[in-house]
Amino acid sequence: MSIAFVRTDMAPSQSPPTRSSGLVGWARKNLFATPVDTIFTIIGVLFLIWAVPPIYGFIFPTSLGGNAVAPGGTVEQCRVENAGACWAYIAARFNFFIYGFYPISEYWRPNIVFAMGAVLIVPLLWPAIPYKGINALLFFVVFPVVSFYLLNGGVFGLKPVPTEQWGGLMVTLIISLVGIICSIPIGILLALGRQSDLPIIKTLCVMFIELWRAVPLITVLFMASIMLPLFMPQGMTVDKLLRALVGVTLFASAYLAEVVRGGLQALPRGQYEAGASLGLSYWKRMFFIILPQALKHVIPGIVNNFISLFKDTSLVSIVGIFDLLNTVQAASSDIDWASPTQAVTGYLFAAFVFWIFCFAMSRYSLFMERRLNTGHKR
Amino acid sequence: MAVQGNLRTAPPRTSFFNDPVVRGIIYQVVVAAIVIGFFAWIIVNTAQNLAAQNKSTGFDFLFRTAGFNISFTLIPFDRSSYYWEAFLVGLLNTLLVAVIGIFFATILGFVLGIARLSSNWLISRFATVYVETIRNIPLLLQLFFWYFAVLKAMPAVRDSISLPMGIYINQRGLFVPKPVPDDQFVWVYAAVVLALVLCFALSRWAKRRLETTGKRFPVLLSSIGLFLVVVAVGFVLSGASVSFDMPELQRFNFRGGLELPPEFVALVFGLTIYTAAFIAENVRGGIQAVSHGQTEAAQSLGLKEGDRLRLVIVPQAMRVIIPPLTSQYLNLTKNSSLGAAIGYPELVNVFTGTTLNQTGKAIEVIAMTMAVYLTFSLLTSAFMNWYNGRVALVER
Amino acid sequence: MNQVSQTESTSAAPGGMTVSDTDVAIDVVGMHKWYGDFHVLRDIDLRVMRGERIVIAGPSGSGKSTLIRCINRLEEHQQGQIIVNGTELTNDLKRIDEVRREVGMVFQHFNLFPHLTILQNLTLAPIWVRGVPKAEAEDMAMHYLERVKIPEQAMKFPGQLSGGQQQRVAIARSLCMQPKIMLFDEPTSALDPEMVKEVLEVMISLAQEGMTMICVTHEMGFARQVANRVIFMDQGQIIEQNEPEAFFSNPQHERTKLFLSQILH
Repeated sequence: MSIAFVRTDMAPSQSPPTRSSGLVGWARKNLFATPVDTIFTIIGVLFLIWAVPPIYGFIFPTSLGGNAVAPGGTVEQCRVENAGACWAYIAARFNFFIYGFYPISEYWRPNIVFAMGAVLIVPLLWPAIPYKGINALLFFVVFPVVSFYLLNGGVFGLKPVPTEQWGGLMVTLIISLVGIICSIPIGILLALGRQSDLPIIKTLCVMFIELWRAVPLITVLFMASIMLPLFMPQGMTVDKLLRALVGVTLFASAYLAEVVRGGLQALPRGQYEAGASLGLSYWKRMFFIILPQALKHVIPGIVNNFISLFKDTSLVSIVGIFDLLNTVQAASSDIDWASPTQAVTGYLFAAFVFWIFCFAMSRYSLFMERRLNTGHKR
Repeated sequence: MAVQGNLRTAPPRTSFFNDPVVRGIIYQVVVAAIVIGFFAWIIVNTAQNLAAQNKSTGFDFLFRTAGFNISFTLIPFDRSSYYWEAFLVGLLNTLLVAVIGIFFATILGFVLGIARLSSNWLISRFATVYVETIRNIPLLLQLFFWYFAVLKAMPAVRDSISLPMGIYINQRGLFVPKPVPDDQFVWVYAAVVLALVLCFALSRWAKRRLETTGKRFPVLLSSIGLFLVVVAVGFVLSGASVSFDMPELQRFNFRGGLELPPEFVALVFGLTIYTAAFIAENVRGGIQAVSHGQTEAAQSLGLKEGDRLRLVIVPQAMRVIIPPLTSQYLNLTKNSSLGAAIGYPELVNVFTGTTLNQTGKAIEVIAMTMAVYLTFSLLTSAFMNWYNGRVALVER
Repeated sequence: MNQVSQTESTSAAPGGMTVSDTDVAIDVVGMHKWYGDFHVLRDIDLRVMRGERIVIAGPSGSGKSTLIRCINRLEEHQQGQIIVNGTELTNDLKRIDEVRREVGMVFQHFNLFPHLTILQNLTLAPIWVRGVPKAEAEDMAMHYLERVKIPEQAMKFPGQLSGGQQQRVAIARSLCMQPKIMLFDEPTSALDPEMVKEVLEVMISLAQEGMTMICVTHEMGFARQVANRVIFMDQGQIIEQNEPEAFFSNPQHERTKLFLSQILH
């Protein structure tokens, strides 16, 4: 007797039995796997049936089967009972939401700034595009300076536009970009300081970082807007927007320092030792060996930080700056467009704008994370 | 750093400035001088500014009469109260909203986090949409939405929406029945304490029984039963009764009941919904951090699903979840300061807002406010260090 | 579907005796499994007798791990039958629990519970599944720890042990449930070479006591020494099986020859 067995012909690959594949198999597995699952699925479907039609009706204009008033509609249409979102109001006040009180004749200036920013940031974020160094220099140094003179005017015959007239999405973007651009160098220095073994420097950095991370941004903004003028020599005034920028930058750099520190700690010790063994000085080691690697690893963290900062800029409305949220809030008491859905429509619009930016950035951060992870494994 | 130690082995004829120790001292002296100089400059400027505005400094203002009213307080407060009492009212209101927000956000966050990992496609999709929507919209905007677009858009008092169980909602807030226990109720409280002690004893007994005889005992169900029975017996025997003070519509407003102002409701709502999205992500991450091998090992040992979760998965996931959860609690507490923007009288509103405006004591007021949050933060990180030290998995 | 009849090879027990049902530990009949649309296990027929020691070999991705994971239902099969100790595996949770209580499994990555001490790892299942009193469970745990020669580690945590020690603990943990069948899923693949031996020694002593074992491994020395039968799998199917001597000295199928030439150098 023998247990020997040899397969003579190979079994072919077959397609799975229908109950485990296709739409039916998918539904069995993902919707109706157990009785409890089935109950949840039914509740979920009932919820959709209950929730989706009203939401759809509120958001979509009549041409798409909803109740909303499309751009170009009138306020009377928005006042009709059961009218949906008043998109006509958004369209009518759109420029206010984007530029604030910026003079209409000068809109081309912020437009150029937006275009420049877009042209510079896309290649910066795209990993495959070369010349990152010069690109970063243009975006982080040249762009802010050019933008400031372009927006503020007063040079090359441009009409001066004081910052009180800036507003809307423009200010939201300015505050968050300035916040991140200024906080990167400060945050890096703080992170290096916190890692340093010089006790005084280390203590100062730890205190700075922990203080700003401990308090809510709103108190930082109050501090910046109320105490900053007190700190300055007599007779020196500080622009309101600049005060908010200082507050946001202090706050953001403390958080960024912690992100960078994470990157520094994640680097293998060998990198530090290799740098030292090449005889490089501390700053050369940091700038040519340690930081490039550490920063590359924390790109997702920096982007996530930027998302938080972008959302947090909405707090400047509390200290009286007309960012996107504040323009929407201010416009919601505009009597010309008074209607039951006016406020909700404004918030929906602002929420949508914030969401688009934040969601796109969070996807980018995820994308970089995956890319860096695979790069690491190889 | 070891790096500097390496440099020290340089040849002995090193010049004075190239000695890293000396260099370090010089760096530090320079930085310290700059920082001290900066602060001195600020202090001098501030002193001059304050002198020019004829303002004094000091905390004596805390013992002056505040002269304003606060709409929502946990302790008695009126116009004749002192500023330090206003500070206390703000602090208590901050803590109140934080505690309630943390309670609801934790429940909602855990439900959502588990739902995101559900094998039911629809349920996990719901949770994903929730999380991705909520955490990408600024909290302040969400608070404005709940406050101005939802609660302030509620009908006027006369047309209040009536909800089940005597709850009413209108522009002025949420009106709920207020339980009013009578004097005998102290026995019921005693019964509750007794029931808790008994439940604790029961669980100890069940654990010992399991260890000695290997027989399991349904602790959870029997504890609930025991608790209900003991409390009910206490309630009946003591003859205690509880009456409900129902909100009633009078001419202009509701009388009686518990009035929850819309600012409070909006803030609790907004904080709960916003923070829950972040907690959900932490919970999901924590559960996913427990490798699938752990589940498989528990399965192959024959542990049933409930035991698997209770004995193997949850204890490991909680180690991962609790540190970020704690920092979400801290975030929620800090974010409660946004209540100032919708008029909820928490610390920033009452103190950094009204008190600062009335007294002009910017430095003192902001320093005190920051000190409060700094204390919260230090307590949180002290807890986290203690917890991490306690649960850290022992490694080789 | 069953183009290949295996009845001849599986109806007879290793000793040539006639088969009674009580002698059969595991019976897999015409089993198929798919991951989505991918047909991972094709037409598997396998009968394992009590006390039999089987080594499954094959290139990575051949489905050998999946096969033994199906036996204690860590993976679900879609077609055919798997009968373990007379219990057929279906969607019925009760049956699955019944089977898992009787089948021990050792994983490539040990999968010890890192938050519990070694002793707690060993007593967890006896206490909560079998209802063994704690003291008794601990005695039994110490007994098995002595068998795997690490009683002194009982109060440590898994993270403090070497890979070889962890794997021995994992074996002891399974044994504490007093299983009738042990499954080993590449138990030595994640170990440093010097630790392989200590784990194999434990497995060999188990085999000598007559434990029914199915072992997915690349340790061909182990296969020669203890297996009654070596099974070669490729592309999700059983290609060849034989007694170890014949299997190694005289492989029949082209794929088997190729595989053996690669791993035996």
